[in-house]
Amino acid sequence: MADVKLDAPKLKAKDFKSSQEVRWCPGCGDYAILAAVQSFLPELGLEREKIAFISGIGCSSRFPYYLNTYGLHSIHGRAPAIATGLAVSRPDLSVWVVTGDGDALSIGGNHLIHALRRNVNLKILLFNNRIYGLTKGQYSPTSGPGTLTKSSPMGSVDSPFNPLSLALGSEATFVARTLDSDRAHLQEVLRAAAEHEGSAFVEIYQNCPIFNDGAFEVLKNPETRDESIIRLQDGEPIRFGDKVVVQSGYGLQVKDASEVDEADVVVHKADVDDPAYAFALSRLSGIALDHTPIGVFRNVKRPTYDAGVRSQVDEAATGVDRKEALERLLHSGDTWTVL
Amino acid sequence: MNTVRQLDRVVIRFAGDSGDGMQLTGDRFTAETAKLGNDLSTLPNYPAEIRAPAGTLPGVSSFQIHFADTDILTPGDQPEVLIAMNPAALKANLRDLKSGGTIVVNTDEFTKRNLTKVGYDANPLEDGSLEDYQVHAVPLASLTIEALKEFDVSKKDAERSKNMFALGLVSWMYSRPTEATEEFLRGKFKAKPQIAEANIAALKAGWNYGDTTEAFAVRFEIPPARLSAGTYRNITGNQALAWGITAAGVASGLPVFLGAYPITPASDILHELSKHKRFGVTTVQAEDEIAAVGAALGASWGGALGVTTSSGPGIALKSETISLAVSLELPLLVVDVQRAGPSTGLPTKTEQADLVMAMFGRHGEAPIAVLAPQSPSDCYDIMLEAARIALHYRTPVMVLSDGYIANGAEPWRLPGTDELPDIGVEFATEPNGVDKAGEPVFLPYQRDPETLARPWAVPGTPGLQHRIGGIEKADKTGDISYDPENHDFMVRTRAAKIAGVDVPDLEPDDPHAGEATTLVLGWGSTWGPIGAAVRGLREKGVPIARAHLRYLNPMPKNTAEVLARYDRVVVPEMNLGQLTMLLRNNFPGTDVVGYNKVRGLPFTSNELQDALEEVIKNG
Repeated sequence: MADVKLDAPKLKAKDFKSSQEVRWCPGCGDYAILAAVQSFLPELGLEREKIAFISGIGCSSRFPYYLNTYGLHSIHGRAPAIATGLAVSRPDLSVWVVTGDGDALSIGGNHLIHALRRNVNLKILLFNNRIYGLTKGQYSPTSGPGTLTKSSPMGSVDSPFNPLSLALGSEATFVARTLDSDRAHLQEVLRAAAEHEGSAFVEIYQNCPIFNDGAFEVLKNPETRDESIIRLQDGEPIRFGDKVVVQSGYGLQVKDASEVDEADVVVHKADVDDPAYAFALSRLSGIALDHTPIGVFRNVKRPTYDAGVRSQVDEAATGVDRKEALERLLHSGDTWTVL
Repeated sequence: MNTVRQLDRVVIRFAGDSGDGMQLTGDRFTAETAKLGNDLSTLPNYPAEIRAPAGTLPGVSSFQIHFADTDILTPGDQPEVLIAMNPAALKANLRDLKSGGTIVVNTDEFTKRNLTKVGYDANPLEDGSLEDYQVHAVPLASLTIEALKEFDVSKKDAERSKNMFALGLVSWMYSRPTEATEEFLRGKFKAKPQIAEANIAALKAGWNYGDTTEAFAVRFEIPPARLSAGTYRNITGNQALAWGITAAGVASGLPVFLGAYPITPASDILHELSKHKRFGVTTVQAEDEIAAVGAALGASWGGALGVTTSSGPGIALKSETISLAVSLELPLLVVDVQRAGPSTGLPTKTEQADLVMAMFGRHGEAPIAVLAPQSPSDCYDIMLEAARIALHYRTPVMVLSDGYIANGAEPWRLPGTDELPDIGVEFATEPNGVDKAGEPVFLPYQRDPETLARPWAVPGTPGLQHRIGGIEKADKTGDISYDPENHDFMVRTRAAKIAGVDVPDLEPDDPHAGEATTLVLGWGSTWGPIGAAVRGLREKGVPIARAHLRYLNPMPKNTAEVLARYDRVVVPEMNLGQLTMLLRNNFPGTDVVGYNKVRGLPFTSNELQDALEEVIKNG
């Protein structure tokens, strides 16, 4: 929707629970995300019927069943396309897409990049567990090279996507990353996404305890997390542990704070127009997750597709008597009368 | 002074290089002819390549028009007049021309090089090979350039106006007015008035050339047809289809949402609907065929009339989403403008080979309603019918047009907008059941006992929040259900809903009831050629009955009873027997004889007449 205003919550988290029994595996990161979303949704200040969640296929895509909003569990990869139709025709709704790494980046890659480049008013939550869960553990487009799975017994030879780099290359106007286990951060990112006008792309690192347990452990373990996670704060110099981020060649680089002049530390700004900066941030971490920025990488304003489409229709249709217009259409151009 | 002769009908074919503007020339001649009140039917035929190498056989584009003082059903089997803008156009079209027919050729293009390019060893204008025809050798290009020498246009632009010279000449030959074309040219070249005036001058020069030279001793008049009273316009199938979708939006009071991806020969529907925003029509040119139908389905979920338009290859891609729409039980209009396949096939040529795909080309038991228009103007009515069924029964409806209908044109007696059917829907606004605790709840799969349609509660409706999806749903509640008995029930219920769709009875045309032992049964665009063939047989005193299926799924309830009246049923189709197969399955015991051709072109009425006569004779 075009004008979500975060309001004093009238509803509570429990108001957003549906009657359906939640059926993810015990310990799945999806539970934490669901709880965080349910307790965040009252902040939208919207009645439940004004919110629609659309998903594709995969474990994450069961999400809509568990929310007391309007929900559509659709086809593998197609949620952004279906959601585009809804968002374009219903400006009064807040439309959310829930997807996974296989759903969004493999079978549905085309719809994701086009939704982002159009800047449709959709909030896209990509649960990235780097594995196919629902089909029992094949490697996904975010699995690292050499990943051993049932379909790659000698190790995967695929090169993974960096989802944020992909989103930025697709001209996304809002790109963020967060963690399933960090509820406060997750909700902060959801809040920023909800406030953004246009497509908001949020990657959520999500643990799959069955097929890829501990994939993000380095970001969660108290012993390693502080030197691995870079928490991006708008307007603040980028520092974490005893390290800082500086410019280096065409990109960014992590350095020991002691080696760097304070003035050279990069100050984070999500509204930098040139996506090259956010792209460089997205390249700081790889599959190994060392130096992983979380937070809002990019947040810029650009006209939205749905508003553009609607304004053309509104401009043409305002004050038109459709029946009369149809009569005129049928009789337009060359006609002749037989008596 | 020229002699004027009256004709009752004529078939003219304009042929030239694909850059020569033959489709435009044909369109304008058609508009002039329509204005004069003749009945008419047209057949554009053009290559898939936008500009195939100039002067080659694959680059030939043609436009055929049949017009008459009586009602006619086809664009004509064989042209009597051929306008050939170059040697390739002559060579590609000569074999179709009636013996003794008239040829107007642009001699400027008959150079040694151009002749060699298409395999002419000698110039056919000089070697006597055209002596069975009346040949008018006219240097169309140089006459046009000469006529425009006072105009401020380049020689190239002047030469490009030669199609208007040809149009002027043929308009004179057949006594067509040209004022509407002059007006059209002024509008088309609004930004370049000197080009508009040059084209108009070329048009007039062509007319005057006919009028003043001695070459054309005779000109012809074809009096207006005696059509039933009303206001008429000329319309192509794609245009009527787009207007039918627009009218369905007006009639239902719903916003129309078209999701489409460009594909021949369906793109014109997207173009046309993109112009109709004033009707509240939204068009989204999606990133692919799958997104196109997905966006339409998303809009339907939100309470719009979701539409997607494509051709066979695109429909194949949409198949998974159509199955989802079957499972979600939401309205969705799917238009397949069929073309010759498989794969890219002959993308600009016609075929009817997607019928079985429309019926069964989905995973799981996924029945949908299937309709087919029988002529260009019928596309308008068929879309209103498709929308009625989709909205009333909450189901996807497939409409099977084809390239012949899509690009062909005919006069259309305009319906009054006060005749629009009432196809409005009532969205669910209140709970329709109670839960175990006796609290009011919304049951998204609690059906209307008569239509078996489920309630349509659009997002935004207070208190009716619900979740639906592709996983099998429990009867009434719509909750996820893996229960075997429930799945069996839901599959059968969805099938029963489609089988119960109310469609009008089949109305056989059998003026000598009791005498005819053969019924010819068609569907889709074969309606015209079958009609002409049947008319021919009856004129010869051969009794034959005919009927046409506009509703292919479900078929009219009286179909079995109609078929049983005849010894045999002949089914002409531009495929290898798809309706034939369905009839043999649905009505065992019926003697079904297929007549099948897949040449990318409509049947000619002569070949059908011969085929039908053969079947009747051999009993």
